[in-house]
Amino acid sequence: MKLSYYPGCTLKTKAKNAEDSAIASMEVLGIELAEIPRWNCCGTVYSFAGDEEVHQLAPIRNLIRVQETGSHKVVAICSFCFNTLKRANLLVKNNPAKMYTINTFMEEEPDYEGEVEVVHLLEVLRDDIGWESISEKVQLPLKGLKVAPYYGCTLLRPQDIAIDDVERPTIMGDLLKALGADVIDFPYNTECCGSYQVISNPDYVSQRVWDILSSALRKKADAIALSCPLCDFNLDHTQKEIIQKRSDFKGIPIFYFTQLLALALGLDPEVCRFELNHIDPRPLLESKELLRH
Amino acid sequence: MERIGVFVCHCKLMAYIDNRTVVEAISKKPGVVHAAAYKDLCIAPGLEQVKDVIKNERLDGVLVTSCSPVLHKEVFRQAVTSAGLEDHQVQVVDIRSHNGIKENTERAIEVISSALDILKASLPPVHTRVPITKKVLVIGGGIAGIRASLDIADGGYQVILVERTHSIGGHMIQYSETFPTLDCPQCIETPLMTDTGQHDNITIYAYSEIEEVTGSIGKYKVRIRKKAAYVDWDKCNGCLMCTEKCPRRVLSEYERYLDLPKRQAHRRAIWVPHAQAVPMRPIIDREQCLHFTKGKCEVCVDTCPNKAIDFDQQDSFLEIEVGAIVVASGFDLMPKSAIKEYDLDPDILEGIEFERILCPAGPTAGKVIRPSDGREPKTVAFISCCGSRDPEHGVPYCSRVCCMYLVKMALLYMHAVHDGQTFIFYIDIRTTGKGYEEFVQRAVDEDHVLYIRGKASKIFRDGDKIVVWGSDTLTGKRIEVAVDLVVLGMAMLPSDGAKELADKLGIATDEHGFMMELHPKLRPLESSVPGIYLAGCCQGPKDIQDSVAQGGGAASKVLALFAQDEVILEEAVTS
Amino acid sequence: MRTEISTETLYSDFVKKVEDISEQTLSSCYQCGKCSAGCPMSFAMDLLPNQIIRLAQLGLEDDIAKANTIWICASCITCSVRCPKGIDLARVMEALRLITSRKNIDNVQIPQIPKETIAQLPQVAMVGGFRKLTA
Repeated sequence: MKLSYYPGCTLKTKAKNAEDSAIASMEVLGIELAEIPRWNCCGTVYSFAGDEEVHQLAPIRNLIRVQETGSHKVVAICSFCFNTLKRANLLVKNNPAKMYTINTFMEEEPDYEGEVEVVHLLEVLRDDIGWESISEKVQLPLKGLKVAPYYGCTLLRPQDIAIDDVERPTIMGDLLKALGADVIDFPYNTECCGSYQVISNPDYVSQRVWDILSSALRKKADAIALSCPLCDFNLDHTQKEIIQKRSDFKGIPIFYFTQLLALALGLDPEVCRFELNHIDPRPLLESKELLRH
Repeated sequence: MERIGVFVCHCKLMAYIDNRTVVEAISKKPGVVHAAAYKDLCIAPGLEQVKDVIKNERLDGVLVTSCSPVLHKEVFRQAVTSAGLEDHQVQVVDIRSHNGIKENTERAIEVISSALDILKASLPPVHTRVPITKKVLVIGGGIAGIRASLDIADGGYQVILVERTHSIGGHMIQYSETFPTLDCPQCIETPLMTDTGQHDNITIYAYSEIEEVTGSIGKYKVRIRKKAAYVDWDKCNGCLMCTEKCPRRVLSEYERYLDLPKRQAHRRAIWVPHAQAVPMRPIIDREQCLHFTKGKCEVCVDTCPNKAIDFDQQDSFLEIEVGAIVVASGFDLMPKSAIKEYDLDPDILEGIEFERILCPAGPTAGKVIRPSDGREPKTVAFISCCGSRDPEHGVPYCSRVCCMYLVKMALLYMHAVHDGQTFIFYIDIRTTGKGYEEFVQRAVDEDHVLYIRGKASKIFRDGDKIVVWGSDTLTGKRIEVAVDLVVLGMAMLPSDGAKELADKLGIATDEHGFMMELHPKLRPLESSVPGIYLAGCCQGPKDIQDSVAQGGGAASKVLALFAQDEVILEEAVTS
Repeated sequence: MRTEISTETLYSDFVKKVEDISEQTLSSCYQCGKCSAGCPMSFAMDLLPNQIIRLAQLGLEDDIAKANTIWICASCITCSVRCPKGIDLARVMEALRLITSRKNIDNVQIPQIPKETIAQLPQVAMVGGFRKLTA
């Protein structure tokens, strides 16, 4: 089965570890992630302004690209891209006047007809493949690995794009359970990491990151799994600074859920591109005998 | 009708209609011999004017245009009939509307024209005379139902009181102490329960439900289902030895499914809710009883001195005929799981669960403990407006009693745990009853209850403590407290099954499922169907005082009805 | 010094603009404080989110400008999701930011971000940050 795939800028560069592990895993699960041609940056953040449409052009243009391939569904792995594309899609579907304005403005593009559905990879795993099928394909169960699933903001807020219950999500935990890991629920699993404030107020982001990490550590998590490259940068990269400041903190590996998926499906760890993770997760995986050589 | 008089009433309410144009247009209609505008027709001098015109102009039809007919029809009908005309010769019609003067006036003329057609086509109504069966059915044995039953029974009439659980008393008997007097409800309500049980004029059908209702005011036929208790209540003498010997212990709905460390709040499969139940008769919970689920165990049979256990008992039915019905079906609380940002945790309780812990007649004899580990909590946070005043995720209305019961529980907790500390997270403090404001101030001044103004955004467990994230909007600070126990003031909802009951009775419910009163200000105790009255929280959230007052009020309606021997049902007839 | 409130301040162009861009009715807010209670960045804010919307209700544009709140906001939308009155406060915050940004005022000065930081930051952080915090 082929599924239209929108990578977004970060997944092609800084978060290549997410993309490579995702594409390889999905192949094993029977789905080819077909990158849509001529995609552009989605704009990163959905524009909340009600009096302008200019910032919806970028995401809608991507949906036109999907439409051109003849497909009605597009999957994103980056949570931010997912959120922006899906919200823009809902805006024009519910607002024929805005749809008309955008289509008319982009006169050189075909009109967007509003027939594309935007999904996140976790939804595809849950709805199109199913946890049981995934369990059956697991070659290397992640036994003994205590993973805390971290959702951040963009997968669950606002309510109309949420891929699961806004306050009590289980979707990532269900995947990790199917992969054989021990799922650690912790109170900060939907708390914001600080997001784009990392460019203007990195100190505040460090504080947020410490709150989130320490909450997971108090619940005895070995590692944290997530989906968003911005959360990944904040939670992973900031740890170096925290390790220097706190003698009792040794770091906690951060995984993209796709890396854990690839590992559990028995794929070569090379495809996980662990060298792009900031805190090296390989010692942890070795200690749990989860790294095949 | 050939001589119709049209009386266009005007007062402040009718200021946006051009009366002169209306009168001019209407006086041209066929059959209209008199059309004029009058000020304030609904008061005595106005009514006298109407009667004079009827006599002088020899009218055979009267059309009054006014504001609400619900409020005024009766007044005009009486005035007109006292001037010698009959019921069908008068119509009252509402011509108010909300647009500009021109549109209002045009609409008024249209409405009056239609009303004239109806008036002309009216024939003498059909009157059905129904002799009143002077017995009343009270549905619900909580404090409102008890008050209504006692008042009607004292008035000399037979009362049939149907209660869904196996003891009357309702929610009030579950509480620790009631605000603002701090009376113990077990002390003040049980005498009323006993009176109800002993009264010659009251028959209680406990563990029973309403199956079907037909008929009308004066003559309702009701089919009641008596649920199988698997105990013959005639043979049983209420010694309760079976409840002591039964080996099966389960969570109790009366104790709000509290799961305490030493199972103090558990009940047996054969059980009574508490030591003052009326009637004092146990039931067997067939889904938990080992005899029914596993085919073994007859301990209760062996224990019972009167051979009252009857595993083969079936639901039985009886039919009664009553002249009026009082609905007092009460309330339930919104479940804690409805608020997803607050965790589900043994130490996060709703109000009535904490009442049971505080209650001296409760499972811990009033010793305050945490359900998770049985230790005494030293800090308790109370959260107001959980689900109430929340049009987005809950119900838009205010549940009225939570401000008071949360501070009451905080005060009682402080009296039990002298070195404890309480926090109440609130948006407003609503203290509208007598002594309520003073009660709150006493809690703040003497018992050092701390009020923090801000709704809690998230409540979760962190190790041994429960963390509450709130804010203090008054100082502009985010507040975090880590406490031993949290009590949520959950929203009040109509009791489970209220809609189904309303459908069986044929009465209307409002948008939130509460039984709907005929007029919210002036007729709060009458349902949309004559002869069926409302009392207590089934009509809307309220405290015990107001429930009792409404119970008495509903009783007075029934007594007024029973003071007559027949009721005249009028059906309007047109040709 | 007393803060004067009149129909001029309550129905000023500023208030109209905020409601126009955010498409929210400011008067719906009954100041319950739940937004502030759950806001992840409020620890670093001069004024809490509920105070900002209160100032907006009163038309006090300058007080809002003096606080850092709207620029510390991370657009996590927790406030909107939990508001009992269904107010999308995240959009109100955005409207307040846009009123300043559209005057061509940047909150973050891009040339002042160290080169090493730029090299490390993923695109999602930079594009997102520039979109929200600059003109």
